[in-house]
Amino acid sequence: MNTQPEESKPSRFHAVISSAADRLARSVFILPTVLALLFLSIFPLLASLYLSLAKFDIAIGGYKLTFVGLANYKKLFTGSEGTHFLGKFAPNTPLTWIVFGVVVIALAIFLARYLLNAKVSIGGLIGRILLTLGLGALTWMLVHTLWNGGRLGTASITLVYVFVGIFFQYILGLGLAMLTVQNLPGRRFFRVIFLLPMMITPVGVAYMFRMLTDTSKGPFTPIWQGLGLIDFSWVNNAWGARTAILIGDIWQWTPFMFIVLVAALESQSVEPLEAATVDGANSWQIFRYITWPAILPVSMTLILIRLIEAFKIVDLPNVMTNGGPGTATQSLTYHAYINWRALNIGASAAVAYMLLFLVTFFAMIFVNLIRQRTVETL
Amino acid sequence: MKRWFQSKSINTPSPVAAVLSYLVLGVWAFLILFPLYWLVITSFKISSQVAEGPFYIPFVDFKPTLDAWKYILVGDLSNDTLRNFTNTIIVAPVSALLALVFGATAAYALVRFNYHPRVGAIMTFIGCVGLSIVFISMGVPWQIALAISAALLIILLQTIGRRFKRALGNNDIAFWMISQRMLPPVAVVIPIYILFQQLHLLDTYAALIITYVTSNLPIAIWLMRDYISTIPIELEECASIDGASRYRIFWSIVLPLAIPGLIATFLFVLVFTWNEYLLALFLSSAKVQTLPLTIAAQNATRGPQWWNMSVLILIMIVPVIFIAIVLERYITRGLLIGAVKG
Repeated sequence: MNTQPEESKPSRFHAVISSAADRLARSVFILPTVLALLFLSIFPLLASLYLSLAKFDIAIGGYKLTFVGLANYKKLFTGSEGTHFLGKFAPNTPLTWIVFGVVVIALAIFLARYLLNAKVSIGGLIGRILLTLGLGALTWMLVHTLWNGGRLGTASITLVYVFVGIFFQYILGLGLAMLTVQNLPGRRFFRVIFLLPMMITPVGVAYMFRMLTDTSKGPFTPIWQGLGLIDFSWVNNAWGARTAILIGDIWQWTPFMFIVLVAALESQSVEPLEAATVDGANSWQIFRYITWPAILPVSMTLILIRLIEAFKIVDLPNVMTNGGPGTATQSLTYHAYINWRALNIGASAAVAYMLLFLVTFFAMIFVNLIRQRTVETL
Repeated sequence: MKRWFQSKSINTPSPVAAVLSYLVLGVWAFLILFPLYWLVITSFKISSQVAEGPFYIPFVDFKPTLDAWKYILVGDLSNDTLRNFTNTIIVAPVSALLALVFGATAAYALVRFNYHPRVGAIMTFIGCVGLSIVFISMGVPWQIALAISAALLIILLQTIGRRFKRALGNNDIAFWMISQRMLPPVAVVIPIYILFQQLHLLDTYAALIITYVTSNLPIAIWLMRDYISTIPIELEECASIDGASRYRIFWSIVLPLAIPGLIATFLFVLVFTWNEYLLALFLSSAKVQTLPLTIAAQNATRGPQWWNMSVLILIMIVPVIFIAIVLERYITRGLLIGAVKG
């Protein structure tokens, strides 16, 4: 699909120059970006990889790094940080086995269907086996930490934040977008209002929600009193605190989904909609068969961007609950931040790298399986 | 009776649906505006009025004062506020603009050219960078370490790098770019700090702008890629037949058609850089601090100074809201073009 002009006219001197410049365009357009990213991204990436394999100590006149191999990671899985990172596992019960078994069977069916398919490639097979193993392990962790007697680790908490948050942000964003593309007077007013939360600095949003959720001085105090919850504090209840943080996250990031979806909906051409109405389609059918396929590709890009950003949630738990009660609201980034504040730079980098693996895992699944399949079947 | 439920045209809701829509929109608008209202009235309170429980309506529930506003704008903190506000106003738009320029060109390249970076070359490059880090951590001066690695890289590229024919495509490049945002800032901030320390750029605009541009480039590229891919290739082919160069085509055909998309992307990146906190905390010490740092600094030893924070948050969002109102029509139209293809 190379669209560069094949013929050049070497008869004139400046034509030679310009065609040479034209052939360089391929590089000129992308090189500044690649170099900038290499300059500022590769070095921190490798440097923190090295830090995650090392022990950081303050020494006379600076610091000292000692190479310790995989010790930082080992600590996260089996050592002293294990319950913090992975959570406390509930003992097995028949029910946990059933839930886990159902997921395993579903994953096995997924693999088997691919193997029975004619087009099996080595890369595809390895990717799918990794996906199956990864999802199986994550299910094992989630089932046992969410169960009675278990306690969520920072990995599970982050997954809860990411998936619950994105689910509500997308649903709310889509619903509001569909309402504001209707021909209603004052819709532009609503659009500007709905954009506001995204404009506030995340630290500011976090402090604002800490004010709002205060049960004795916040604006909802009369409601808490009416419900007999005057002594209740978000900070004492694990799921209460997580809900408060999720509300803050949803409040702030629904606008991002909203504004992009508004545009996607507005770009729809009207003819298919009119044709469908004439043919007697009801509004659900119109949405399902005309609108939904049209906004699906944009939705996929949106969800991918939010997925990557949501994994890095840190300001809300840090400011609103300080990660408490206990470690109940700590995200992975916050976990890394605590280690980092305590000058356990190596352990902090190890947590950050586990987060990187987790994000990459989900982003790869998303790009290679979900996004490709939904966009291709259109 | 039936006409209450019937819509006049495809886009105009029936009266009943319109009422329901307004109801939902009103509820959400309230949910957005109430926290902001609380910020506004908190900014007119003094500490005792915050501490003694919720007061809702100024002049009725409590006597509003301008203490916090005075403190921030003309009082003790005014020098800090003014300096940090100026810094934010310089750093954020410049970063957003640069990210836009590089993002648009790279996005155009990813849409219209095919790249085939070889896997062997990439692995060699990563190996050499890793090697130089090991050298530096062993105490070799960084100039020498970099020179050795660069020399090694060139030699290997010319020999082993050519052996492996396996190549990647444009989608892999795009994924690599967005993956640069995956590592949490906590993990990258120390290496970046050390990097700028070595370059003697700490506490300068350059450090902040370089960091912001590179960290926001991936988002700019992904958004711009969607917009540019919707521009019909026929237009460019015609221009190419007429003898226009690539640069000419990009400058006079692609960019004008992508203006709405450019503006939308600019706004997103502007918001992200305007509000960035952690990197600014590390890269600036006194001269180039930005406003989010001032907000966080109000969490003093005496507990959070809610009234001051509220004033600062309000001061911070006013310029962005103003820009957003001006650009709102373009955002919608901008994303509209990009939205045709995902």
